Amino acid sequence: MKYAYFPGCCDHTSAKEYDISTRAVCKNLGIELIDIPDWSCCGSTPGHSTSHLLGVALSARNLALVEEMGLDCTASCAACYQRLALANMEMKNDMKLCEKINCITGKPYHGGVKVKSIVEVVAELGPEQITARVLKPLENLKMAVYYGCLMVRPKEIQVDDPENPQIIDKLMRTVGGEVVDWSYKTECCGGGLAISNEDIVLRLTNKILKEAVDAGVNCIVTACPLCHFNLDMRQKKINKIFGTNYHLPVFYFTQLIGLATGLKPGELSLETHFVDTREVIKLIA
Amino acid sequence: MIRVGVFVCWCGSNIGGIVDVPRVAKEAARFPYVAHSMDYKYTCSEPGQKMIIEAIKKYKLNRVVIASCSPRLHEPTFRKTIARAGLNPYLLEMVNIREQCSWVHAKEPDQATAKAIDLVRMAVAKAIHLKPLYEGSIPVTKKALVIGGGIAGIQAALDIADAGYRVILVEREPTIGGKMVMLDKTFPTLDCSACISTPKMVAVAQHPNIELLTYAEVTGVTGFIGNFSVTVRQKARYVDHSKCTGCGTCWGKCPQKVPSEFDLNMGTRKAIYIPFPQAVPNKPCIDAASCRRITEQKCGVCAKVCPVGAINYEDRDKILQLEVGAIVIATGYDLFDWTTAYGEYGYGKFPDVITGLQFERMVNASGPTGGKIVRPSDGKEPKNVVFIKCVGSRDEAKGKAYCSRVCCLYTAKHAHQVLEKIPGSQAFVFYMDVRAPGKAYEEFYQRTVDEGARYIRGRVSKICRQGDKLLVKGADTLLGTQVEIEADLVVLATAMIPSRNSRQLAQVVGFSTDKDGFFQEAHPKLRPVEAGTAGIFLAGSCQGPKDIPDTVAQGGAAAVKVCALFAKQEIATDPMIAEVNEALCTGCLNCREVCPYKAIKRKTIPDKARGQAAERTVARVNSSLCQGCGCCASSCRSGAINLNGFTDEQIMSAVKASLQHQRLLTNRQ
Amino acid sequence: MPAINLTSNVKDNLDFIMHVSKESGQPVQHCYQCGKCTAGCPVAFAMDYPPNRIIRMVQLGLKEHVLKSQAIWLCAYCSTCTSRCPRNVNLARVMDCLRGMARREGIQLEGRAKKIALFYDCFLDTVKRNGKLYELGMMLNYNLKTGHFFKDAGTGLAMFTKGKIKLIPTKNENYKDLAQIFERIEEMEEKC
Ligand SMILES: Cc1cc2nc3c(=O)[nH]c(=O)nc-3n(C[C@H](O)[C@H](O)[C@H](O)COP(=O)(O)OP(=O)(O)OC[C@H]3O[C@@H](n4cnc5c(N)ncnc54)[C@H](O)[C@@H]3O)c2cc1C
Ligand code: SF4
Ligand code: SF4
Repeated sequence: MKYAYFPGCCDHTSAKEYDISTRAVCKNLGIELIDIPDWSCCGSTPGHSTSHLLGVALSARNLALVEEMGLDCTASCAACYQRLALANMEMKNDMKLCEKINCITGKPYHGGVKVKSIVEVVAELGPEQITARVLKPLENLKMAVYYGCLMVRPKEIQVDDPENPQIIDKLMRTVGGEVVDWSYKTECCGGGLAISNEDIVLRLTNKILKEAVDAGVNCIVTACPLCHFNLDMRQKKINKIFGTNYHLPVFYFTQLIGLATGLKPGELSLETHFVDTREVIKLIA
Repeated sequence: MIRVGVFVCWCGSNIGGIVDVPRVAKEAARFPYVAHSMDYKYTCSEPGQKMIIEAIKKYKLNRVVIASCSPRLHEPTFRKTIARAGLNPYLLEMVNIREQCSWVHAKEPDQATAKAIDLVRMAVAKAIHLKPLYEGSIPVTKKALVIGGGIAGIQAALDIADAGYRVILVEREPTIGGKMVMLDKTFPTLDCSACISTPKMVAVAQHPNIELLTYAEVTGVTGFIGNFSVTVRQKARYVDHSKCTGCGTCWGKCPQKVPSEFDLNMGTRKAIYIPFPQAVPNKPCIDAASCRRITEQKCGVCAKVCPVGAINYEDRDKILQLEVGAIVIATGYDLFDWTTAYGEYGYGKFPDVITGLQFERMVNASGPTGGKIVRPSDGKEPKNVVFIKCVGSRDEAKGKAYCSRVCCLYTAKHAHQVLEKIPGSQAFVFYMDVRAPGKAYEEFYQRTVDEGARYIRGRVSKICRQGDKLLVKGADTLLGTQVEIEADLVVLATAMIPSRNSRQLAQVVGFSTDKDGFFQEAHPKLRPVEAGTAGIFLAGSCQGPKDIPDTVAQGGAAAVKVCALFAKQEIATDPMIAEVNEALCTGCLNCREVCPYKAIKRKTIPDKARGQAAERTVARVNSSLCQGCGCCASSCRSGAINLNGFTDEQIMSAVKASLQHQRLLTNRQ
Repeated sequence: MPAINLTSNVKDNLDFIMHVSKESGQPVQHCYQCGKCTAGCPVAFAMDYPPNRIIRMVQLGLKEHVLKSQAIWLCAYCSTCTSRCPRNVNLARVMDCLRGMARREGIQLEGRAKKIALFYDCFLDTVKRNGKLYELGMMLNYNLKTGHFFKDAGTGLAMFTKGKIKLIPTKNENYKDLAQIFERIEEMEEKC
């Protein structure tokens, strides 16, 4: 399996754990990720919120680059995945728009690329292939998988059912973890409102943390840098404002697959979390 | 000598307000073979018809073209009119210049007029080639088949039987009664559903003119109006009903408990069972899949205890062959399976989210809880009950676009029952509209509101688990805010959909379904209980969602139609059907594949062409089955099939007339 | 709100209604105001008009009210509304389209909306310059423009200690392409 890999702008900053663990796990599982030369920002929420054309154009530029590589595309970041996949769909379905955008980007895209979330790419390996590589089953981890919005909505690009997705749950079970059934899998954390209206995000994130704790888990699993940032980095502030006492490590699903398949915490950037991960990781052994 | 008369109608201002009617009549006068052309305000009125008759006589007309409304509306009228003038009724050609001209082109009157003239030109060209046609006749078997023993089928069967005709009622389940016997009380009067439906069930069983076949299904239908031949599979019951007295010893002793379908899996029954105590027939059958004697050769208790030796484990399905003259379809409805569509309501994983029909079983004194409203999860009495309407109805994204018509009223009934039975309880109803157009329905709804039910205008977006309660997250669009309710029980008003396998049944019997799978009536207003196929009638919720009053009314209406048919010794057949020119037919039988009514059969004829006694295959049209749709004619490669009244010659001359005129116009330009 | 004269309002704003339908690709008249969007919207509590009312206002051509609303900016594009709408209205797309219109019409924003728009500008500004998001640059610029110089300074420091902040922007090779994309779009949108 070989994919053009779109790491997203936060790959070396706020979401570096995701990029590092994605690369490490894919390598370990035999998924070849090729960097897209000259890739640029997908536009994210600010892009499409400002102008529909801008949103599509910023993503389409990258699709054109991938098309030149002759590969299909995968993105780790859920926001990038959604933007690329939606732009891809619109470019394929709307000839007029496609022409217009190609004119804007100066890089013609002809609709020859498939966009997949890294979650799909890993899941496609199938349980046998993954189980075969498991060295340290995540036996004592009880987790709430939190999917957020961006990879399950809207339905044109959904990776799984928006009301009760299972794709990461299944992966986590495959590597020996215990996942709980909870109602907040795809509730929104407020995502991009964090900087401009932090109070809203704190309120939404608090609810998600509370539900997870009530479900009796010892960690949260996610596949979205925005969700991760809000749940991990803001946990301390939430504790302060709402008088709560959460101490719930938030992992990327790739980090946990990495641990289970024998990668070292250092290779998965587990030390750069805001909520200390060590206690929970100890449970595994 | 062909003499065509053209009559152009104003239809008041319906046509005349847009189309220049006098001009159409004037133009038509110039068309070949037209001997007379005129316009009139209301051609279908008595003076209008008289005028046609007089014109036919005065101008010696032998073909008539009437440009007016749709032939669906007045073709029969005008056929009779020209017959009164002594013409063969099929020497008539109608042009629809209302629906096809004035209505659709209301904004472009000139073009509407031009189109009307074109259409009349084509009709005249076709009329020239019209041939007189003659109706045939066939005898009628005066016995009816009713499929489905819900209240619709029961009513139809009783009415036909009371009129003195014989009826066979086929029901798929071990008992008749349908959904109505599952209900507790019925809106808007709140009378007990069992009390008003079980006497009718008994009447069916005891009626000398009704033969009841329960636990049976129709597997094949051939034939045509007045003469259907029906195959029925009687499923093995493993109990000989001619011996069984219905004493109940067997199901008392049977050790195998399984979920009861009648109680929607909220209660249990035995492997040998009657679905409920008042079932008709009141004799058991064995559910083979759950019987340990049948599946594992063990147990066999029922045979040991049966005092009359009615149990027969070796029983097999039987095939029955019936001859009937008319079929009433009354297969009713099922409920939309919300658990596969509504993830936001938990996909069925919360035990305390139930359907309205489950609620009916629960409040029913003979139901699984003895009439107590409880939470399935812990058996406790709920204090806060939330009702959500339109689950699967009016939801084209997840379910059906249509309104299920009964949920508004039964939800009002359920809310009333909660408030009545549980002191201190609260009932919340999420609704989009309250549709209560029946007699005394609005008052019924208002009464529930007066009793304290809170109606919240908005849909529910999500149901979450919260401790042992359910958090219902909705909106009140009148307030413009989100609302939340901590509910103990949530009841969903799920959509009514056609009963399972109804599409297959439509195929077997040979009639059509609508886009939602309900059975298609011949005309939504004027022929609501007839299917598109002659001799097949529809009753009740198999034709579309309906409450009991409407269902019963349709059952009666279908019965009247059947009786009207049976009152005749013979019936006339429509001559506008397909006809095979055997000389041209190559016997490929393509036509047989495309015929939706199975009207085409293979026929062998002596082949004289080779001089010796050879045979060849040709197609034969069964004149009683053919509905004149023309599929065969258009699929015939050798042009051997013609549809009477729409022959190739007739159609082609209409097309030619139009094309020649177009060419004339372009040449002039 | 004083009584709205619908006779003239709908007629005068027919263009607006059609435009929203066309640009968003959503037949806004399909909405039957069930409120399921509002019921599930995570940010409805902070909005001045709930989502179903935004659509209602579009249906009736209340252009000014809609474009000045906070709600269209507060929408987080989570698409919860879209995925549950029984009438298949992609409300998130409508919200998106209204934001774009508000911006093109030069609506003066206030409160939360103003901050959100500003954040978007600062974000895109770094993309325009570098081809990729430059988080530190964006934050500094945002703080400068809101006048809260040390907002999130704690966060910044924490990020820094975890090695999650880069002091200088990362650029892609042909980062200048991006500025061109922005310019071409601006030109195009001015024209229409
Ligand atoms: C929760 C709920 C509450 C209701 N409350 C009320 C109320 O208070 N008042 C009111 O007026 N209405 C009420 N209704 C509506 C009422 O149930 C229907 O109007 C009525 O039952 C329709 O009767 P039917 O005979 O058309 O269909 P059904 O009752 O569905 O009967 C159809 C019968 O046909 C049989 N059948 C199906 N397919 C075949 C086949 N292929 N071969 C042989 N047999 C077949 C079925 O087994 C069934 O016995 C309620 C509905 C619901 C869901
Ligand atoms: S959910 Fe859809 S139909 Fe309902 S109010 Fe919102 S946009 Fe309108
Ligand atoms: S997309 Fe916007 S309006 Fe819709 S639910 Fe999410 S935040 Fe609310």
